Amino acid sequence: MTTVALLGNPNTGKTSVWNRLTGGSAKVGNYPGVTVERRVGALRKRPDIDVVDVPGAYSLVARSADEQIALDVALGLDGEPAPAVVVVCVDATQLVRSLYLLLQLQELGARCVVALTMTDEAGPAAPNATELAHVLGCAVVPVVGRTGAGVDALATAIITAVDAGAPAAPVVRWQPSPALAAQIATVRAALPASWPQTDALAVWALQCVGDDELIRVPAAVRAAVAAAAPTAALDDEVIAARYRWLDEQVAGLAKAKVDRRRTARVDRVLLHRGLGLVIFGAVMFVLFMSLFAWSEPAIAAVETAFGWVGDGARAVLPDGVIEDFVVDGVIGGVGSVVVFLPQILLLFFFLGLLEDFGYLARVAYLMDRIMRTMKLSGRAFVPMLSGFACAVPAVMATRTMERQRDRILTMLVIPLMTCSARLPVYTLVIAALFPSHTVGGLSTKSLLMVGMYGFSLVTSLAAAWVLARVVKPLRAKRLPFVIELPPYRAPRMRDVVRMMGTKTWAFLREAGTVILACTIALWALLYFPRELPAGSPDYQAQIAAAPSPEAKAELEHARDGALLENSYGARLGHAIEPAIEPLGFDWKIGVGIIGAFAAREVFVSTLGVIHGVGDDEGSLRKHLASERKADGTPRYTPLVGLSLMVFFALACQCMSTLAVIKRETGGYRWPAFVFGYMTVLAWVSSFLVFQIGSLLGY
Amino acid sequence: MLTLAEVERHAQVAIVAVDGERGFRRRLLELGLCPGTQVAITNIAPLGDPLEIEVRGGRLSIRKDEAAQIRVRR
Repeated sequence: MTTVALLGNPNTGKTSVWNRLTGGSAKVGNYPGVTVERRVGALRKRPDIDVVDVPGAYSLVARSADEQIALDVALGLDGEPAPAVVVVCVDATQLVRSLYLLLQLQELGARCVVALTMTDEAGPAAPNATELAHVLGCAVVPVVGRTGAGVDALATAIITAVDAGAPAAPVVRWQPSPALAAQIATVRAALPASWPQTDALAVWALQCVGDDELIRVPAAVRAAVAAAAPTAALDDEVIAARYRWLDEQVAGLAKAKVDRRRTARVDRVLLHRGLGLVIFGAVMFVLFMSLFAWSEPAIAAVETAFGWVGDGARAVLPDGVIEDFVVDGVIGGVGSVVVFLPQILLLFFFLGLLEDFGYLARVAYLMDRIMRTMKLSGRAFVPMLSGFACAVPAVMATRTMERQRDRILTMLVIPLMTCSARLPVYTLVIAALFPSHTVGGLSTKSLLMVGMYGFSLVTSLAAAWVLARVVKPLRAKRLPFVIELPPYRAPRMRDVVRMMGTKTWAFLREAGTVILACTIALWALLYFPRELPAGSPDYQAQIAAAPSPEAKAELEHARDGALLENSYGARLGHAIEPAIEPLGFDWKIGVGIIGAFAAREVFVSTLGVIHGVGDDEGSLRKHLASERKADGTPRYTPLVGLSLMVFFALACQCMSTLAVIKRETGGYRWPAFVFGYMTVLAWVSSFLVFQIGSLLGY
Repeated sequence: MLTLAEVERHAQVAIVAVDGERGFRRRLLELGLCPGTQVAITNIAPLGDPLEIEVRGGRLSIRKDEAAQIRVRR
């Protein structure tokens, strides 16, 4: 199989070109050693040629393993075969800067083909492709990703270059100083035999190796770089030499200045001190409401559909363990995965639109001032906001951040946001355990709800602030936070829809399977051994002889409660009672907490069953409010309710969140950390609330 | 010495040097902010930071304390 790599700066329309070249059907995986998506598709015109879509990069120089991908792919250093041809997307409106990457590739001996994008936007400023090809010494094909114009010619040029097969020689357009030449010689001698033996690769090592997080760099190369002792002057020399050549040879090919007036006009509104912030608020409101509220009918439809399927299966299957397993374990489990799709699709629809339009970069620009106080960048704003609807799509949205460290820090605090699954728990607790008062015309119950939102906002921001200082891999390196503010462009719906499809599929395959497995395991935990405790009344006979439907339902609830009470999960609830007693919880709440692992709102129904009132929330409320301890005092006081809400606000009671963090970080380390730190935080906070509250006499 | 953070909006200045740690300045240089390049602040974010700058016909957002590491002359 021959591969072709597609590289380019961000915002050059690279993904559009890739979709056009391949037809958009991708094999998606991760690059070895990092959690960055590797998308591969067959070239439409020649299905024996694979096109790899490499993440956007301004340079091959890398400090982190994420940034190293571009070099590894271009030269085949990651174990994959080296591509026969490297296609470089060059933005016609940003000619000099986007050709910087091409120069690096040519110095390394890559055989390049240039896809000249954005020529429609550049207008008279676009260079003549023939002249540019002559200067660069490689094929240059103008393409317009939006319309597909030129894509055929680009494919032909790629095929020609692949079939030519002649080895490309490194092309270096500048002369190193004697000092640099000596350093290059030192490092070049240490390059492993599996790497191309070029001066340019030695220069790359001299620039990157040192204070780095690169992977697969041999010790000999590290030693040679240390011996050569590169300094900042080396960077000055190399980078200035490349830009000097580009300024002299290429800058003049742009015959006019790029017209940015349209973008400037839009920016005058969207980045305006007053109006800009109002529009920003409105856009974010729409994004949030679509996740939080407008996705509700679709979510309800999914739940109804799976309810029907479950009922259908119950009608067909004989009563017993198999029936319960299929209906509650498997069908319910698949339903609990699919139920995330409406929010995931909606969020990535908005992200795709905003990114393509150019507004996502502006969101980062507008919000950077606020987000940086928590050692995050403006790019973290949208994922954190989404966390108020649901942590699962929010964690997936962290992919829009380019730095691994920023992505992880954001993922660590997103689960602290008050997601919509916590609301049923808060609603139950507030309605059942807190008296109704009004303070200044506002009901205490709604103030409590608002207070829980405020509490989660404060704790998540504080957590980011602390984690960024305490957790070593998250301590910020002082790197510039430079983002490009690209010209506004009409989004291409097909690319947006494709991206939504890719994300959804990746979620189903990589996180969905884990969620399904956990749901089934939890079901089994709360189902087996399916025996009534010794000395139970004969429910079966009593139910059969029940005088009225009400009495029958009551008996069934009592039986279900007894069965659940005897389950392994409930025994676990009993076992952890000593650990949760200081928080004011009894073992029944413990069982609810275990059940809530499937999804937080399941707490309500689990609690209903264990209290023997079925899944009717009204009776559960009454039951909770009237439950008494042996001494006749209420078992569930408002203080217990407060402690419980604090626990739910802080504990990572959600295996779906953990599954998706595992997918996004590529291992169990970070999900384990999230679970650990949040559980400790939740326990300590609830402990303090309950103990201090008790001391104060509540 | 004048830095980019002190320059008023829309004034064209030329970069003299980029200071700071090696990885930090390397990234700015590679984005085309090398000595001799013309640069101007085109906008300031509503909350006072970051800055929007124009360099080589493109627009970048850069934080104020980062701009303070870029020495410029008129």
